[in-house]
Amino acid sequence: MENSILDLKIIATKIRIDIIKMLNLAGSGHPGGSLSCVEILVALFWEKIKRTPENALDPDRDRFILSKGHGVPALYAVLAHRGVIPYEEIFTLRKINSRLQGHPSRLDLPYVEASTGSLGQGLSIAQGIALAGKIDKKNYRVYCLLGDGEMQEGQVWEAIMSAPKFKLDNLCAIVDYNKGQIDGYVKDVMNIEPLVDKLRAFNWNVIEIDGHDFEQILSALDEAELIKGKPTFIVAHTIKGKGVSFMEDNHEWHGKAPNDEETKIALKELEEQLNELLSQKMEVK
Amino acid sequence: MPAKATRVSFGEALEELGEKIPDIVVLDADLSKSTMSIKFAKKFPERFFEMGIAEQNMIGTAAGLALAGKIPFACSFACFLIGRYETIRMSVAYTNANVKLVGTHAGIGIGEDGYSQMGLEDIALMRALPNVSVVQPCDDIETKQAVEYIATHEGPVFLRLTRQALEDVNPPDYKFNFGKGVVLKDGKDVTIFATGGVVFNSLLAAEELEKDGISARVVNIHTIKPIDEELVIKCAIETGRIVTVEDHNIVGGLGSAVMEVLSENYPVKVKRIGIKKFGESGSPKALYEKYGLDAKSIAKTVREFLK
Ligand SMILES: Cc1ncc(C[n+]2csc(CCOP(=O)(O)OP(=O)(O)O)c2C)c(N)n1
Ligand SMILES: [Mg+2]
Repeated sequence: MENSILDLKIIATKIRIDIIKMLNLAGSGHPGGSLSCVEILVALFWEKIKRTPENALDPDRDRFILSKGHGVPALYAVLAHRGVIPYEEIFTLRKINSRLQGHPSRLDLPYVEASTGSLGQGLSIAQGIALAGKIDKKNYRVYCLLGDGEMQEGQVWEAIMSAPKFKLDNLCAIVDYNKGQIDGYVKDVMNIEPLVDKLRAFNWNVIEIDGHDFEQILSALDEAELIKGKPTFIVAHTIKGKGVSFMEDNHEWHGKAPNDEETKIALKELEEQLNELLSQKMEVK
Repeated sequence: MPAKATRVSFGEALEELGEKIPDIVVLDADLSKSTMSIKFAKKFPERFFEMGIAEQNMIGTAAGLALAGKIPFACSFACFLIGRYETIRMSVAYTNANVKLVGTHAGIGIGEDGYSQMGLEDIALMRALPNVSVVQPCDDIETKQAVEYIATHEGPVFLRLTRQALEDVNPPDYKFNFGKGVVLKDGKDVTIFATGGVVFNSLLAAEELEKDGISARVVNIHTIKPIDEELVIKCAIETGRIVTVEDHNIVGGLGSAVMEVLSENYPVKVKRIGIKKFGESGSPKALYEKYGLDAKSIAKTVREFLK
């Protein structure tokens, strides 16, 4: 591991702070699903993909496809913290002429790997990249993050059917199982349970974890790399809006930006979390 | 009346019609708060089907409901409906199922969400399907009457609605006449055919042109298919030049529909105003300015076209 768990937690909290600031300045966007996937992205980009400006378009790089494109503020913040895009640029989110489109646009910003935002398409793209990796005998891995509501799309299940056929052990799908979508709870809108059983029945290696626990995320990603002959699906249980008390598990915060007052409260909470982590770090030293 | 989004007018109309027409059923794919089908859902929960994020299944189910005598309204963003084009092509159009496809969030007018959520090729695709009518109302009163017309007339329809609020264009005694264009302002130098969210801006543009001594006729084309051929030809004969304005790709939309009629019947010069690329994120106002759909830009394009 390059970073301690504590360091990763600190990074994650900084990313959450940036997400709130970005959405507030943009005046629109999706906080709930951006905040729920932060630990997953940080674990991937800091410990596995290890994205840098130098490898950002390297043909041999590990890929990350954000199939749930509306969570892209989290990805932009991650790319900025990894130095791939200038930090200040994240505050141009959703503004006219910005490369940081409301949903990922590969035309504008190649580092997002694929244009997404219409749910259900990312896993197929990830599968294609993984297949090419097999043909070319490359060592790169392909990660794909999906929403739990997104799991209702038929195309997702077409890809779930095909990836094991092609023995894509270089493919790792992760579902951000935050229990919410727009019209309500996933279980009420269109239940996807028993999800783990379904995925196993489709011949995936399935690992169920707490998607906010770095140790669990990292050990699942390690296991995924070791499993040969089949793709891995990580079912990551998360909390929608994680980190901001009034956004947590609240459908209202799926797709609206915090106003100035709400931003102040959210940032205060997150900064307290950050200070707590920083003081833990002082103690460790 | 304050400006209102046509999706809101649709939601209100559907709620009201649900009372009168018990065969109406409504389906949505996790966007009921955005398409405004939620109003119907709350009032008639037993006739509302939340299908989850699964538009293809929603459209096919709507076709089945129609075949068994129901009048289904299947709602989502226009872009996600046409994403299931082949399902629409077979299960709705070719089956001739009485499905009402309601596509909201038309055009770049949605703003910050960007291209992935913008319906920009939907008119082109839906127009190409035999059997399917394409209707895009431009204000509250027109939307409500259009929804009632659609509900009470047999046949598949694509109804295109805006996210953004629209000013009233039509008078309170307005009568929606399916398939007929509406002359909103007379003029003799040029006719501007507009549809949906940009009708109001076209009217403003015509007022601005008036100051330069250019007399522009403005026609609202709410029924893009079947288009009012007679009126289109009449305007070409009377004003010579034609301009079309739409918040949609200029390929295959209103502009194309008008040009098809004219080139076969009475060829005149036509200028199409619309989107030529993918859309992008930005405020609706900034986007309309950048892509030439605000009143000032429309007036400028017309002026240059008439030179
Ligand atoms: C094909 C498609 N249909 C509908 C939408 C509109 N939409 C955007 S986000 C969303 C809900 C997503 O829920 P989920 O996948 O659970 O994401 P999360 O909870 O992580 O935000 C919907 C329906 C879309 N983007 N794409
Ligand atoms: Mg969710």
